[in-house]
Amino acid sequence: MTESALLNLVIFLPLAGAFVLLWLPRPAEARASASADHDGRPAPPCSATTAIRWLAAIVSGATLVASIFLLRAFDPLTSGFQMATDIPWLPQWGVRYHVGVDGISVLLVLLTTLLSFLAVVYSFSVTKRVKEYMIFLLVLESAMLGVFCALDLVLFYVFWEAVLIPMYFLIGIWGHERRIYAAVKFFLYTFAGSVLMLLGIVYLYLSTGSFSLVQLQDPGSAAHASLAALDPRTLMLLFGAFALAFMVKVPMWPFHTWLPDAHVEAPTAGSVLLAGVLLKMGTYGFVRVCLPLFPEQAHAAAPLFILLAVVGIVYGAIVAAVQPDMKKLVAYSSVSHLGFVMLGIFTFTHLGLVGALLQNINHGVTTGMLFFLVGMLYDRRHTRKIADYGGIKRSVPVLAAFFLIATLSSVALPLTNSFVGEFAILQGSYVSAVSGPVWTAVAALGMVLSAVYMFWLFQRVFTGPVKREENRRMPDLGLRERWVLMPLVVLIFWFGCFVSPWVGIMTRSVEGLLASVEQRAPVVRTVVSVPSGTEREAR
Amino acid sequence: MLPVRTEYYLVLSAILFTIGVTGVTVKRNPIVIFMCIELMLNAVNLSFVALGRHFGHIDGQMTVIFVMAVAAAEVAIGLGIIVAIFRQRESIDIDEVALLRH
Amino acid sequence: MEPLPTQNLVWLITGLPLLGFLFHVFVGKRVGRAVVGYVACGVVLASFAVSVIVTLDMSGLPAEGRRAIASLLPGISEPAPWIEIGSLKASFGALVDPLSMLMCLIVTGVGGLIHVYALGYMAADRDHARFFSYFNLFIFFMLTLVLADNILLMFVGWEGVGLCSYLLISFWYEDMENSKAGNKAFIVNRVGDIGFALGVMAIFATFGTLVFHSPDGGGFLDMAARGVSEYGALTVGAATLIGLLLFVGACGKSAQFPLHVWLPDAMAGPTPVSALIHAATMVTAGVVLLARVSPVIVHSPVVMTVIAVVGVFTALYAATIALTQTDIKKVLAYSTISQLGYMFLGCGVGAFASGMFHVTTHAFFKALLFLGAGSVIHALSGEQDMRRMGGLRGRIRVTHGTMLVGWLAICGMFPLAGFWSKDEIIGYASGFGTAGPFLAALAMTTSLLTALYMSRLMWKTFWSSPRYGDASSADDGFGGGGAANALNLHDDHGGGHGGGHGGTHGVHESPPSMTVPLIVLAVFSAVAGLIGTPWAHLFKRYLEPSLAAYPAEHGIPVMAGLVVGAAIAAVGMGLAWALYAKRREQGAVLSDEQRQRILPWRAAANQWYVDAAFTRAFVVWGGAAATAVWRRLDDAIIDGLVNGLGTVTAALSERFRCAQTGLARLYAMTMLAGIVALLAGVVAWGLSR
Repeated sequence: MTESALLNLVIFLPLAGAFVLLWLPRPAEARASASADHDGRPAPPCSATTAIRWLAAIVSGATLVASIFLLRAFDPLTSGFQMATDIPWLPQWGVRYHVGVDGISVLLVLLTTLLSFLAVVYSFSVTKRVKEYMIFLLVLESAMLGVFCALDLVLFYVFWEAVLIPMYFLIGIWGHERRIYAAVKFFLYTFAGSVLMLLGIVYLYLSTGSFSLVQLQDPGSAAHASLAALDPRTLMLLFGAFALAFMVKVPMWPFHTWLPDAHVEAPTAGSVLLAGVLLKMGTYGFVRVCLPLFPEQAHAAAPLFILLAVVGIVYGAIVAAVQPDMKKLVAYSSVSHLGFVMLGIFTFTHLGLVGALLQNINHGVTTGMLFFLVGMLYDRRHTRKIADYGGIKRSVPVLAAFFLIATLSSVALPLTNSFVGEFAILQGSYVSAVSGPVWTAVAALGMVLSAVYMFWLFQRVFTGPVKREENRRMPDLGLRERWVLMPLVVLIFWFGCFVSPWVGIMTRSVEGLLASVEQRAPVVRTVVSVPSGTEREAR
Repeated sequence: MLPVRTEYYLVLSAILFTIGVTGVTVKRNPIVIFMCIELMLNAVNLSFVALGRHFGHIDGQMTVIFVMAVAAAEVAIGLGIIVAIFRQRESIDIDEVALLRH
Repeated sequence: MEPLPTQNLVWLITGLPLLGFLFHVFVGKRVGRAVVGYVACGVVLASFAVSVIVTLDMSGLPAEGRRAIASLLPGISEPAPWIEIGSLKASFGALVDPLSMLMCLIVTGVGGLIHVYALGYMAADRDHARFFSYFNLFIFFMLTLVLADNILLMFVGWEGVGLCSYLLISFWYEDMENSKAGNKAFIVNRVGDIGFALGVMAIFATFGTLVFHSPDGGGFLDMAARGVSEYGALTVGAATLIGLLLFVGACGKSAQFPLHVWLPDAMAGPTPVSALIHAATMVTAGVVLLARVSPVIVHSPVVMTVIAVVGVFTALYAATIALTQTDIKKVLAYSTISQLGYMFLGCGVGAFASGMFHVTTHAFFKALLFLGAGSVIHALSGEQDMRRMGGLRGRIRVTHGTMLVGWLAICGMFPLAGFWSKDEIIGYASGFGTAGPFLAALAMTTSLLTALYMSRLMWKTFWSSPRYGDASSADDGFGGGGAANALNLHDDHGGGHGGGHGGTHGVHESPPSMTVPLIVLAVFSAVAGLIGTPWAHLFKRYLEPSLAAYPAEHGIPVMAGLVVGAAIAAVGMGLAWALYAKRREQGAVLSDEQRQRILPWRAAANQWYVDAAFTRAFVVWGGAAATAVWRRLDDAIIDGLVNGLGTVTAALSERFRCAQTGLARLYAMTMLAGIVALLAGVVAWGLSR
């Protein structure tokens, strides 16, 4: 079918592009500018460098276009997987190449292609080892897309680990001062988590004979029957193995400490993709694997996860408030925002889950934009310390305006994207039997604290008197930089003002998921029934 | 013609293998070590063929083909590494190549 | 609900200011200053015109169903969906009813006048276009707040006005103090907003809908009026929870104790901002909210009592502080807090219409007073300290004359606007159960203080002897202290006023763009009260369809209340006259030394240390705690465990790596030995069997 071909194209086009890039000649490294790796100025005209950049941009741009077509071809009225390809891969062990998208993953695919494209365009300012850099970015894109599309656990695991490799090099080679430490920490920490997942996958196969996510959650299949027949303790251990891998990736408190280090040391594009997409793999894992495969266990463990999520929300915000380093501040704010997403998932309500999935996208857009902006400031002044700025709104008004928009979105002001997501999560949490009003009130504190750290950041960086002479002469945003930010601004307001079409894409899949969860988990009743239909009109 | 008994082949193979092992462990010149490794591989090959004939199986000979192919590849890579090391260091003493240790 | 003939015009009310905002943002820098100013004023005045048309149209509907739903987007008659997740639905819809249209008229009317005023006031500012873009955006959000047909959209406006307030307070952002004041306003408001948001969630959990009114009677206010929720009868507990949560939100926006701390600092913004946002419109949003959800609130006596008590306490508390301030805008700021307290008192005792009546009259006279103060500041080139004013009566006659009207109105002198609205609230308060007399007494005390501190302001500013320019030197006097903020306005490009600054001879009346709004507002401050006299209560009858029916009663006879009210105002004014008439020269009753020594005075001047306590608790200790969490908990313990695990592994590896000698031959021999050992083991195992 052509649609499934389209999906495969989206997944592997970046990889093919990376392969082509391999054969381009390595551009001569300008020795003189070796010290100024992240210089804002464009590199001296160099044909090979330019060709590499443009090729990478075209490839990821084409992927973006293809994913938009994918979204257009997507049928929001079906709850199952669409555009699937299912062919044997390692038939001896029942491993299949099985990819497909549903309403939950298709938006993540779009987010990935968009952020990757913008990261590539932004990275035109990179001058150090451009060829390798672009290759890693494109490989990373393919791997991330693979994670969101894989429907076979082995395939999922392969893509999941494949993401680590390019990201490891991006941090380790193009990072800042403590890049090696951060890269190793990032790699080992997340790898340690995912090894548990591998164990879980193997055990699952040995006891059910299937790697297929579709079969394992299909009530009619033999694999599902043998999964359900496992004793509860084993199931809980399996759930724990998967959950731990995902918790590290999200990252949930207290497994979050790799994140600030990795974010701070990564190059801008790396931070953007790390925050924008990689963290989403964790939350996606919960929705794709933990909830449908182990609903009783997830439901039983929900109080713990809600506790950790709420602690993460408040804790991340508190720690973010006192960071002297902008990137670290944004990184801790991610801990806080991802806490909201986890809260939404474990409310087991339609509202909470939709809110969490929306917030997944929103956080990618907003935090991605914040990291781009911090990167742009870094390009100009080569420092991430908040104290080195102050009063620069006068010299970079356009940058300040973009930053303000990102700030507003980050604090979840209404009419921006995050408000819709966070409100739905909190409302879901309020009516949920699992969390309830008290936890909701505590989580809502996060909204106050986000205003504290974001507005304080904005105040210290952009307002007040200019303390340093060099801050007076900063150039404002260039055309390329504006075009990197523009799509994100559009999405911020699009999701904020007219969210219905986006919700419509995921509604059926979420309903299907919740229906299958409710079938198996004994008490997933909410305080207020939240019917998806038009119950109000009926009254 | 009187067939050579399988035991003879195996004894020869064992002798060749032992010579190879001794060479690998005592020599410092990687080229000689390589030759010794080849000796060991061929010793094994010999026993494969002999036993294959003994049991009337084709598997033994088939495996030998594999081993030869792998050995060829290994030699190519190994020699490449040796050449690279020589270019860097102007010496190929195996005991001096311990960079990874540090 | 009947359709409104002018339904398709409603979107223009909010749409026009939004278009104005977009115009300023995208082309404001390229067109001239004049164009920006005219567009900004034009859209607001046009919006006012539309509001008038729609109001007239709506008033023609029958009283019991006097409301209509319209779309806030052009070209469609049904409200366009904004959020639709399951049964959580919110749309861009407008609820046209007496309450919303009253607020539209106030916001666009008073707002329009203040826009015109700002033309003159901000003429020389280099960020002219930025100012008007924020100003238009504010009007847009404020109108969204009052027009919204569901409480979530109201929250949009609610947070939006907070944003604009932030942007405008820190408008002169190069001064760190302004920037901090803006932040403080936003964050304190955010605390209230969380209460509001949780209240919205409670409403959804209780009623299953967020719409105020719907044609089939399924809106949550319809349900509350019938005393039902989604699961049968509406319980007092649910109403109390909703009411208290929304009240927290109202406290934040309307600067009620203890969330009032942001409003005095908000005076850092340009004076038109203080007049529009921090006096006339935004800060009254809390009262509008309470009036809007009154059908829910009246179910809970607890909420009513809490609102009344907090209101009257805030009124008194802020009045004592206003008495001690020396910055003219700070006096007015505390006065605003105090007057908002009256409005809350009105809502708390069930006299929602009276609360809204005071919102209306207060919008006129407080905007007038702020704009007058702005004109004074303008005349003195940025001076805000009343200790360096005085004797301005003859020099800026129009300003003085109009402020005189504002003064009489706020003091509650017959027959000006404040007289009618304030006395009505006190009257209803006196009838509020057993606590009624107590509430009324406190409110009357506040009344006396109001007359006193406002007369003090007039004496210090206009009627005592001139004290500007007599300090160390004229220029220093103007440049120091509170003057610095407003001076930013002029000093960068040195536009409009040129060399006219710096000495007493520079005192000048403001341009007509500033005085005309003053005159218009003065007229309204004088006569607006007449729509709400106790005999022909036009105002109450107009507003009744929007409000909950609550049997609020006067505890003291109406006539007696009016007489006492006017008498109290007269006593307060007379007291001020007695104190200041003898001290025209120094223009002060207490010397600076006395201010420090008299303890209650000092405490009041420092806001009774509430702000300081908050700063200590949340900024100083909170910051220290956050740093401790980061350093001690996050870095040391949580990350310490992670890194510790790595360190332990590395230490073990350090031991094991001794085996890695790097000698390839040794490895080969070890392998050999291993194989031999393995074989030996296998053989031994085989033999032992």
